[in-house]
Amino acid sequence: MKNTALSHIHESLGAKMVPFAGYNMPVQYEGVNAEHETVRTGVGVFDVSHMGEFILRGPKALDLIQKVTSNDATKLFDGRAQYSCMPNNDGGIVDDLLVYRISEEEYLLVVNASNIDKDWDWIKSHNTFGVEMSDISDSMSLLAVQGPKATETLQKLTDVNLSEVKYYHFTKGTFAGVDNVILSATGYTGSGGFELYIPNDVTEEVWKKVFEAGEEFGIKPIGLAARDTLRLEMGFCLYGNDIDDTTSPFEAGLGWITKFTKDFVNSENLAKQKEAGVSKKLVAFEMIDRGIPRHDYVIVDAAGNNIGRVTSGTQSPSLKKAIGLGYVNNEFTAVGSEIFLDIRNKSVKAQVVKLPFYKA
Amino acid sequence: MNIPSELKYTKDHEWLKVDGDIATIGITDFAQGELGDIVYVEVETLDETLDAEEVFGTVEAVKTVSDLFMPVSGEIIEFNEELESAPESVNSDPYGAGWMIKVKLSDVSQLDALMSADDYKALVG
Repeated sequence: MKNTALSHIHESLGAKMVPFAGYNMPVQYEGVNAEHETVRTGVGVFDVSHMGEFILRGPKALDLIQKVTSNDATKLFDGRAQYSCMPNNDGGIVDDLLVYRISEEEYLLVVNASNIDKDWDWIKSHNTFGVEMSDISDSMSLLAVQGPKATETLQKLTDVNLSEVKYYHFTKGTFAGVDNVILSATGYTGSGGFELYIPNDVTEEVWKKVFEAGEEFGIKPIGLAARDTLRLEMGFCLYGNDIDDTTSPFEAGLGWITKFTKDFVNSENLAKQKEAGVSKKLVAFEMIDRGIPRHDYVIVDAAGNNIGRVTSGTQSPSLKKAIGLGYVNNEFTAVGSEIFLDIRNKSVKAQVVKLPFYKA
Repeated sequence: MNIPSELKYTKDHEWLKVDGDIATIGITDFAQGELGDIVYVEVETLDETLDAEEVFGTVEAVKTVSDLFMPVSGEIIEFNEELESAPESVNSDPYGAGWMIKVKLSDVSQLDALMSADDYKALVG
């Protein structure tokens, strides 16, 4: 199992560590509810260094990205990031990812930790463009500093005017004395903030400086458990749960990042699917009866017929309600639709709702 | 980790406090720590007589759910109603306010098979 540059810090802080995608990661420190609340109301720091980073360089880097991803990367400019996915040839999704345009001929791709090898092989297999690829995952750390007090915290450590960096934009600058840190106004929480890409050898120092800067705001380390409850309140998809090799971008509600302005892997079939429509869709739901949805619970109708399955679920710490995402047959996708979860052989009522669950 | 010496324990991380033929049952400090923030405890077996190892309820935490197993055979004579409004007691006071059920033991000799505090300490390290 791999450690991040900060695993020993997490252990010293008393974090509960779990193996996650081959990394020794902190799942929680003081407790999921408290950590969740910290990010919603103050500022919290996630070590998400397990995420994978690839650099694609060369005159045809954009062509390769256009080929393997579904979103239109020609819309990017220097300092702009984009959420995208890589479709496979069978109608499913290889991975979802962020694409950063560093310069006209240099892009950063940020992929899920569990998919680093798969994604690398996949992209490489489509690299007929002579693009120079490098996997920098093992030398880069990623800190997500999130929450309404994140920008104020980070501003103390850089001359870059962070309030001018808009959502899904980024800049490279000197941060906490380290040159060329990517300061990206992205995140997986819905509470704002930045993600910082930092070389491993200076990460511990940066982590310490960020905590000093955020002390007056009650800054805290946040584990993967709260990362999951935070993203779920926003309805952000998690690869391996809500999307995978078998789910179509249209079923998953990712039509907005599937652009037929270009040719890409499986685009012909996906275009046909868009026209014909899909038979099931990912919906958000809240429990009406008492129960907490969990991955793979069966969803049924009032008569008990199987109509789908849960892909993510939790008790929402912000809303104090049980919430979930799941695929259901088309006739149950309208907001307000009554659906039922089969929980330990009991039919427990829920209702389809609009996303996000939580509005900041 | 808190493991009171006067209680009996199971490998499923439950504790029992025995008074005559009545046992008060809850989950251990280790168990609540593993589950994380608890949302509710569901016990729908009140007044039923169950065998040891049968499921008497479930505990739902934010991130996970776990069945609750009968450590011994007996009739469930009481559920801790306070948990309905304060499920976090299981986290904050697992051996006190966080108790879950009271059971009238069918066979007091079953208690001999349970673990002592020292045995349990060895189990959870």
